[in-house]
Amino acid sequence: MSGPLCHRVDLAVLGAGPAGGAAALAASRAGLRVALIDENPEAGGQVWRKPVRPAARSAKADPGEALRADLRAGGLTLLYGRTVWSVGASLDLDLIDGESGRWERVSAGRLVAAGGAHERVVPFPGWTLPGVVGLAGATILLKSHGVAPGRRVLVAGCGPLLFAVAAGLAGTGIDVVGVADLAARGDWLRAMPSLLTRPGLLGQGARWMASLRAAGIPVFFRHALRRAEGATGIERAVIGPVDAEGAPAPGPEHAFAVDALCVGNGLVPGAEVTRLLRAPHRFDRLRGGLVPVTDEAGRTGIPGLYAVGDGAGLRGAAMAALGGEFAGLAAAADAGRLASDAFAREAARLRRAMARERPFSDGMAGMMRLRPAQVRAIPPETVVCRCEDVTRAEIDAAVEAGARDVNQMKQFTRCGMGPCQGRMCGDVAAELVAARVGPREAVGSFTARPPLRPIGFDELMGDFDYADIPIPEPAPL
Amino acid sequence: MTMHDLAVVGGGVHGATAALFAARGGMDVALFDRGPLCREASGVNAGTLTMQMTRVALMPYALRAHAMWASARDWLGHDVGVVVCDGLSLAFTPAEEELLTYRAGKRREAGAPIVLVSGSEARRIEPGLSPAVRLAGHCRVDGYANAYLTGLAYRRALLEAGVALRESTPVRGVTPTGAGFELDTASGTVRARRILLAGGVWIEPMLAWLGVHLPIKTLVNQLVVSERVAPVMRTVVGIANGLLSLKQYPHGTVVIGGGWQGVGDRERGGVELLPDRVVGNVRLACHAIPALRAARMARAWAGLEAETADALPVAGPVPGVEGAFVCGSVHSGYTSGPYIARLLAERILGREPDLPLFPVDRLLSRPRAA
Repeated sequence: MSGPLCHRVDLAVLGAGPAGGAAALAASRAGLRVALIDENPEAGGQVWRKPVRPAARSAKADPGEALRADLRAGGLTLLYGRTVWSVGASLDLDLIDGESGRWERVSAGRLVAAGGAHERVVPFPGWTLPGVVGLAGATILLKSHGVAPGRRVLVAGCGPLLFAVAAGLAGTGIDVVGVADLAARGDWLRAMPSLLTRPGLLGQGARWMASLRAAGIPVFFRHALRRAEGATGIERAVIGPVDAEGAPAPGPEHAFAVDALCVGNGLVPGAEVTRLLRAPHRFDRLRGGLVPVTDEAGRTGIPGLYAVGDGAGLRGAAMAALGGEFAGLAAAADAGRLASDAFAREAARLRRAMARERPFSDGMAGMMRLRPAQVRAIPPETVVCRCEDVTRAEIDAAVEAGARDVNQMKQFTRCGMGPCQGRMCGDVAAELVAARVGPREAVGSFTARPPLRPIGFDELMGDFDYADIPIPEPAPL
Repeated sequence: MTMHDLAVVGGGVHGATAALFAARGGMDVALFDRGPLCREASGVNAGTLTMQMTRVALMPYALRAHAMWASARDWLGHDVGVVVCDGLSLAFTPAEEELLTYRAGKRREAGAPIVLVSGSEARRIEPGLSPAVRLAGHCRVDGYANAYLTGLAYRRALLEAGVALRESTPVRGVTPTGAGFELDTASGTVRARRILLAGGVWIEPMLAWLGVHLPIKTLVNQLVVSERVAPVMRTVVGIANGLLSLKQYPHGTVVIGGGWQGVGDRERGGVELLPDRVVGNVRLACHAIPALRAARMARAWAGLEAETADALPVAGPVPGVEGAFVCGSVHSGYTSGPYIARLLAERILGREPDLPLFPVDRLLSRPRAA
């Protein structure tokens, strides 16, 4: 067979985290035929990732287990372990089943994009050494594979994930030598009023802090990585004080002998689908960067395309689940399968719930935001695009040579042309161009291109006969 | 207000080359583009510099243009990553053998040094080739440039030649004044004695400013590039009917092209790639170079190509408008563009070009009755 296996449904949901999962369930309960697609072998996304070792608490109390059970309960086409490489103007998705290698196509005419977020690492000298991993990457290693990133670990960056990872590592007996937080203790205290709106999560944060204190792990507030050093992998990590904007400040450095470094400077919305389809976007620093313009139900500027969860702007898991449910119901209403008064009732309920979550969500997004001064302090010889080994100095030189937007800079340097297609470096690279050229809106973002994920030619083309290739008519002689 | 000797609208290979040679010939030249230089067809094409996809009528031009690309460091002064290497056009079936034999013969008559070789000889030239190859056209005049470097190279050369470079400055209209032209640009009115319209697929709306109707068809060519991989090939590879172009760059990426059509138009650009055609193009590429199967696709995109009714260029004076010129819509225009644009610059400078230009008259529809 040389063509795709087609799934015809009413709604395709791409991404089975809190947002996509809720969208799929809401739309399915409203009577739509729904296909839910994810690259992982199970639903849950990053935040509710299925652990390789079952958690101590009961499945009932675990939102990930509850979601997975609800999704399995029936009625949905669950397409897990799929690599989605193409999304067309018809909103058709082309995917490869990682297990069978089969080419599949999901045709729905309606699509909820719930792609989650990517990690942001603000580059520092030595960040490409083996042993330096992202905070989310460390979580995946630990949760999905039961593998520790190292034996002596420094945790650095910003946002709540910092303490979640530090406490998680310490809890498995790993020697966490310290935590370097870009924020001051006062920044957290100022965020407190918003945190108090979610006592449960605040309590979780307090438990993380308590476990760090109990283990004697020092926390260096308003500190950032200065450099990582080592011959063939990381051996030493050095931190130093920073000011409120993330720029290096005077004061003593601290060096740690480590064999791993977990670092993350917040998250960037994974908005590849909406960008590829050219839906209207705007730059929103608080929400992590470039985000699709949507209404409250996640409707984008393209009919039938909805964007929810962190991929539509960072708001965290609770808001993602509410936004996903809203979009799932909106899709059903837009398809004429949910009466407008019923939709209005549900919308009012969701609006109230979202209003309750908003202060906490905004507070956390603020702690994770990019600090432009930290980017401006990246030393010239430091690699920014690790796929193509493009340094900060080369990006600056491209601007000197006349590049006025990120895509021109990309053509001058190859920055963003590698396998990650700018998912890792795009936000920081744009910030570097903007520092010399003008606002982020003016310098733009790397043009989104297929494939949505790198895909092997072997997987892409499957088995075929030469005679079956639909070669077009010859060009004129 | 300054009166330029020449205003060029469109900063692709055609406009930029003509501007460069006109400035070097002593003219005061201003060059306008709505975006950065060479960011449309001239920056996103597959970079192939082959004679085996060139139209027979263009062969004398393409051969001279190939020599220009090969010596870009001498006349342009900057690197566009040009590699000169062998080229092979493949036949996998008896029907393709027949097509190849006919087409290679015609191109050879036109001056391209193409010889037909057996499958085994082709595999000696390109060890990466599939054993399924039955016959190949072999041409030593072949190669490729790194298209995305075109803008940077021309930018430097134009500034050195003293061209007034106006990137990100859309021209909204042009009015003949009798003594020249007034250009309505995003940064005010600009005056010039002569004007060159070199807007690729946008030549049609540009000529409409002068009341000339020249239909230009927009092709939407899909392209695929792999991530960097160890060497899998050393030549430029195509197939008999021209629907494949394949080469590996020195940094390891493999670019797959051949003009498989995506979705798009002049207004929106290349907006969508059709997955079935991406898969078809990739299957064809991997059928030719089997080791490519192990690579991963990093990126795919679609670029626009302009085509006139007879698929031959427009390069010459605009009929009925003194001082106005047009240049573009050259089939495989990236290959032949520098030479054809240089010929037109000679004409603008008042000299006799070495080879004939491509008059516009043949393509003009009859003027509408008053």
